[in-house]
Amino acid sequence: MVSSRDFRPRCDARDVTSAAMAAACGRGLLAPLGGRLRACPRASLRSLTSAAPLYDVVVSGGGMVGSAMAAALGHDIHFHDKKIALLEAGPRKEYHLPESYSNRVSSISPGSATLLSSFGAWDHVCNLRCKPFRRMQVWDACSEAIITFEKDDLDDMGYIVENDVVMSAVTKQLDAVADRVEVFYGSRAVGYTWPLPSHSCDTSPWVQVELADGRRLQTKLLIGADGHNSVVRKEAEIQNIEHQYDQSAVVATLHLSEATDNNVAWQRFLPTGPIALLPLSDTASSLVWSTSHEHASELLTMDKESFVDSINSAFWSNVNHSDFIDAAGAMFRSALSLLKPSGTAVRQLPPSVANVDPESRAVFPLGMGHATEYVRHRVALIGDAAHRVHPLAGQGVNLGFGDIACLTHHLSAAAFNGQDLGSLKHLLRFETERQRHNVSLIAAIDLLKRLYSTSLSPLVLLRTWGLQATNALPPVKEQIMAFASK
Amino acid sequence: MLGGGGTLRAFVRALSGRRAAGGGHGEPSCRTHPARALLDRSGKVRLNPSSAATDLNGSMATVRRLLSTSQSSVDPKEMRKFQLLAHRWWDEQGEYSALHSMNDIRVPFIRDTVLNMGSAYQRGSPLSGVKILDVGCGGGLLSEPLGRLGASVTGIDPLEENIRAADQHKSFDPVLAKRIQYKCGSLEEIVEESVETFDVIVASEVVEHVADLEMFIKCCSQVLKPGGSLFITTINKTQLSYILGIVVAEKIAGIVPEGTHEWEKFVPPEELERLLEANSCSVKTVNGMLYNPLTGSWSWIESTSINYALHAVKSGDQAQTSQTEPLSEMESEQCSATAGTSV
Repeated sequence: MVSSRDFRPRCDARDVTSAAMAAACGRGLLAPLGGRLRACPRASLRSLTSAAPLYDVVVSGGGMVGSAMAAALGHDIHFHDKKIALLEAGPRKEYHLPESYSNRVSSISPGSATLLSSFGAWDHVCNLRCKPFRRMQVWDACSEAIITFEKDDLDDMGYIVENDVVMSAVTKQLDAVADRVEVFYGSRAVGYTWPLPSHSCDTSPWVQVELADGRRLQTKLLIGADGHNSVVRKEAEIQNIEHQYDQSAVVATLHLSEATDNNVAWQRFLPTGPIALLPLSDTASSLVWSTSHEHASELLTMDKESFVDSINSAFWSNVNHSDFIDAAGAMFRSALSLLKPSGTAVRQLPPSVANVDPESRAVFPLGMGHATEYVRHRVALIGDAAHRVHPLAGQGVNLGFGDIACLTHHLSAAAFNGQDLGSLKHLLRFETERQRHNVSLIAAIDLLKRLYSTSLSPLVLLRTWGLQATNALPPVKEQIMAFASK
Repeated sequence: MLGGGGTLRAFVRALSGRRAAGGGHGEPSCRTHPARALLDRSGKVRLNPSSAATDLNGSMATVRRLLSTSQSSVDPKEMRKFQLLAHRWWDEQGEYSALHSMNDIRVPFIRDTVLNMGSAYQRGSPLSGVKILDVGCGGGLLSEPLGRLGASVTGIDPLEENIRAADQHKSFDPVLAKRIQYKCGSLEEIVEESVETFDVIVASEVVEHVADLEMFIKCCSQVLKPGGSLFITTINKTQLSYILGIVVAEKIAGIVPEGTHEWEKFVPPEELERLLEANSCSVKTVNGMLYNPLTGSWSWIESTSINYALHAVKSGDQAQTSQTEPLSEMESEQCSATAGTSV
């Protein structure tokens, strides 16, 4: 059969002639053949679809990003009379704030906090538990190079929040608009049927969603928020550039030796990977240590004392320094101080760790991914389904929240103009805006990860000088902070 | 047709196809316009004995039937051309792509004007409770967005194929199917039963195809409630509109199917204003519109030399009008539904 893979509802023509030729061949000829037929043939689809309930938007995936998307739409004024559905495979969880901290935390940027407060969830987060931080110190294990970020007015740079707290806050706001947003717990979508882009025959123009228990839904727009192994993305046959890092992340909840004004986020780049200490309270911090798979399993199984010692020595020891690099770095620093007297910073030491919460050690693999397209006709990808990054920059969930803010803005405008919500016109605008922002950030994070994964002198020298120079240039640092806090 | 023109047309189409979703079709002209007869989008045509009768058979039976229903002014050749394109309405990259993208400015224009007239705003449904008549609705391109904003829309079009395409497209959305009703017929036919029933009348890209503009305006005024709004978008009759609207748009760049428009029938805003004033409608706003063929989008401009949109309000004692209008004697002229039209 004419390969359905060739039929893409989006014109991809980078060169005009091929587009003209394809157009001349008449994509209309391919259309009836190229549509993706699922369980039933088109003829009987009509009778089935008239029974399946029709939603304006279906969000597939009830994680932090999916739930926040549904909540943002549900609270939008122009969606007041629309029907939204959220599909979540897991069961509904009632959340009660436990004494101990969860080991899965996220760094929430000010931009994400603004999004969460736009539908009233940020207040719940603050009432539950969150820790603002004002400074970030990032330094190298192989040299004295250091860079610190802080806002001029010493305002909060970001917030460390447990993922469970975010979920609970968003769920509360979802309940508040239960008349508009219907949440399907325990519902996994197993199949999607895509419509033809411009239907002129009697086939349904909506996306058909088939759930595991046999129920069917129809929707005008399907939003895929189902994580980096997105089923929506796979079913839509959107190409994904992905790469598994040879690293895993070890997370744990740590207790500090002594109470301190814990409002700094620390990150040190070891040759094996970055280790980060994120403040949770004056006495507790969260650990995110990206390292090789072998080392990660070692860390997981070793006893508490050895684990704590490894962490402290990772932050404090200078065993990776070489005289050559130190000399070169010192020379560069004195040169900089001639040009810019205030441009060098003194390296501070992070607080020492005394204890680790039992049962709080966990490991998860790391990878990078980026979908070549975020949208198709009646489909949009957000969050990890569209892009997956290394945690070294603390950007993962913030990129997802940024997607939500942008997509909600465009959908709201489309709804206020009476437009078809699944129309590619505004979906493409969302994609362009987000790809412009995301691609450079994802590439930069990947580059940083590779640059800091080595202890080869030339690269260490390069990154040492680069880091020192960047630290000496406030405008550049401000740009970086502004970009990352969106 | 010049070979050069054909290449440029393919170029423009390909560019348009790249920036939006594909799945579009190739050159429409060669396939669907074997002859260059004048296309009438609303079906309101004028008798034009000068245009060559093409020998397309097959639809003659339909055409004879249409002639016999005593619609005021029907040109069989026009209707046939239009029939051929009736299935192309909803292809956003097809022949009607310019009309699709015109929604981006005409829908907000209508919506904001109606909201400013002070009707109660219901969250999520700005046009809720507003009764709209879409004259020359075609495939329902404008009726559907208005319906989604909450209005009760009646769409009329003389061509049955258009009504069928419109009905079929709205049938999949239960909310729209309830809010929009399509009727096959001309404006004159519904006047008697719908005197003063509509809050808003929309005649978008219609008046440049109408045979008797004076009667058209009169009928619009009759079915409009006092204080109701009339929205018209059309093309001005200037040298610039001839160059851009006919030569470039039809012959060179292929934005509009060839033969769609006739410069003689373009309507300058002054003439429209004169006719409206004569029917106790006062013009509130006239805005120029410009189409960019490279981006495929419309924008508002100062000059009304090419396309323009017009908003007029029928005088009356309704509270909706922001200005106080003097009570005018309602003209009780009977609208003659007979085909007293002249070319």
